[in-house]
Amino acid sequence: MSVTIGSGHEGNVREQINAYKARVKGGEMGALPSVLSLFVLTVLFSALNPYFLTEGNFANLLTQTATLMMIAMALVFVILIAEIDLSAGVTSGVAMALFIIMTNRWGIDWRLSILAGLLCGMAIGGIIGFFVAKVGVPSFVVTLGLFLGFQGLQLALLGDGGIYRIEVPEIRAIMNDNLPAWLGWTFLLVGWSLMALLGFYDRRVRSRNGLANRPISLMYSKLAIVGVVGAALVALLNTNRSTSIKEISGVPIVVPIAVTILFLGTLLLDRTRFGRHLYAVGGNPEAARRSGIKVVKIRIIAFVLCSSLAVISGIFNASRVGAVEATAGKAIVLSGVAAAVVGGVSLFGGRGRLIHAAVGALVIAIIDNGLGLIGLPAGINFLVTGGVLILAATVDAVSRKRSAAAR
Amino acid sequence: MTSQRPIVELVGITKSFGPVDVLKGIDFTAYAGRVTALVGDNGAGKSTLIKGLAGVQEYDSGVVKFDGEEVRLSSARSAAALGIEVVYQDLALCENLDIVQNMFLGRESMTGITLNEPQMEFEASKTLTGLSVRTVKSVRQKVASLSGGQRQTVAIARSVLRNAKLVILDEPTAALGVAQTEQVLNLVRRLADSGVAVIIISHNLQDVFKVADDIAVLYLGKMVANLKSTETNHLDVVQYITGTRTMGDQA
Ligand SMILES: Nc1ncnc2c1ncn2[C@@H]1O[C@H](COP(=O)(O)OP(=O)(O)OP(=O)(O)O)[C@@H](O)[C@H]1O
Ligand SMILES: [Mg+2]
Repeated sequence: MSVTIGSGHEGNVREQINAYKARVKGGEMGALPSVLSLFVLTVLFSALNPYFLTEGNFANLLTQTATLMMIAMALVFVILIAEIDLSAGVTSGVAMALFIIMTNRWGIDWRLSILAGLLCGMAIGGIIGFFVAKVGVPSFVVTLGLFLGFQGLQLALLGDGGIYRIEVPEIRAIMNDNLPAWLGWTFLLVGWSLMALLGFYDRRVRSRNGLANRPISLMYSKLAIVGVVGAALVALLNTNRSTSIKEISGVPIVVPIAVTILFLGTLLLDRTRFGRHLYAVGGNPEAARRSGIKVVKIRIIAFVLCSSLAVISGIFNASRVGAVEATAGKAIVLSGVAAAVVGGVSLFGGRGRLIHAAVGALVIAIIDNGLGLIGLPAGINFLVTGGVLILAATVDAVSRKRSAAAR
Repeated sequence: MTSQRPIVELVGITKSFGPVDVLKGIDFTAYAGRVTALVGDNGAGKSTLIKGLAGVQEYDSGVVKFDGEEVRLSSARSAAALGIEVVYQDLALCENLDIVQNMFLGRESMTGITLNEPQMEFEASKTLTGLSVRTVKSVRQKVASLSGGQRQTVAIARSVLRNAKLVILDEPTAALGVAQTEQVLNLVRRLADSGVAVIIISHNLQDVFKVADDIAVLYLGKMVANLKSTETNHLDVVQYITGTRTMGDQA
């Protein structure tokens, strides 16, 4: 039997572009607005301040963003099911408090301590998930309660105003050391090759099933863009950005870590049954249940993933600060939500990707960084970030309406 | 395509909620290759009868035979395992997913631990093509962008994909315009012609007469009439529904 219904993969480049435009008009904007604002902001700030586009500021920006990016990506898992985790930040704080007590006070191996921190995060996520999915307490309330409670727990663990220096060089290195030039290039090459391989593999399986493929030139263009942009970034980071005699160059170690997590998380969401079910639960929990999906289980796993990734953001933060404080993680969680929403993750659930959160975090970090450089009075960046957030949420709400009206 | 043995046969079904008897000893049959319309006024018990068949709400007493065997429909899973699929009034589709993803939701094809998208896409297209669906442009469209009739189509096609033997439709045309109603009714007809038993709940007698082979009328929890659509008319059915006529009157 010949299949006559299309799949959106048919047609030449022009038709593909038109179809994309139609989807955007229909309300499926994805990361487009945030990528555009990223571009506009970059042009704007580099025009206003020559230091903005320097290697030094660029590396700075990346490490500034890493913590926010990680917690925003963590939050995507719960925002996708239309829930929230206000305690993600302090959860990472508690996990890091455990870590620092194990390494500094008890002298336990740092790897074991990191593992304990991650397990601690998973357990907290499991508890939140239990109360939300099984008992039915709104996630806003559960996690607000933990947000308050864990601040107390952090104080109890580390003492009032407690600050513990991180003595583990491996942890300090994440945010403060760089890959040697050759390793940066290797990482780019490996990542780029993986992307190409995956693309070719998908095309082959499709044609083996007798399905149409998009014009191959589209894939070449995508690979070319990623290759060129990636190469430019690595080259930029591999130049000396030190203002003193000691050379500083190379891709910060945090970059490959964050990119790897982004890659694996995206595979999980796009290509596994769990990912599919997570989106289904976010889109229509009742439909998911009737399709035989174990909704409670999916929800709990979402919270476990969120809390675990939040702990990784806590590690990044501790590495950057060089210490674990009793107040760690308190401030960042709302910025994380903002980053996800600005990037195009829908608070209504069911729509959004990890890359959106990453781009959203970059937008917020650039606003912060850029406004700081032009030397506007402190506080302006809060106003601007808040405005951008409301704008993004409005775009989300309007595009939802539009796709509902498009029928 | 008419078979003599019913695919599903209900005998003496009862169901009450507390003191309220909603189903009072119902006998009901549906045949492969035939469309059986289930009609009755609001509150007659149609949805309650269907929920028992779907396995979401067990009957209190009575016998359920499927394909000649007595069965217990204790969960949606056990009903689905027998080949009973329900297309709910509110559809139960995820708007944020595309047609393929919805059609395979909960039963995804896998290669190892990853989703086998090409195979699912192929099967979905094949099923829709087999049902002569022409209104859908791309199987990778998000359901959010589909019309009510197209969504109904997707929901029905999903039950076909799952090799259903009995498909139950709860008011499939309730929210549709004229053209889309026509399309869905045609689809229901083709579905039955392919050998599936179809039960359709509807308040619209025009639709019922257009598509149904048999008409079963519920009145206050009792089955008051089992009619062949070719041997009855609009007015008779209305009288059964409103209780101004009973089966005895027919003689
Ligand atoms: N869970 C329940 N608890 C109590 N009463 C119920 C329950 N479900 C149904 N009923 C009652 O059973 C009766 C039959 O309901 P049912 O939904 O089966 O009617 P229906 O024929 O589907 O009506 P409609 O055409 O309005 O959909 C109604 O009086 C309803 O109030
Ligand atoms: Mg009903």
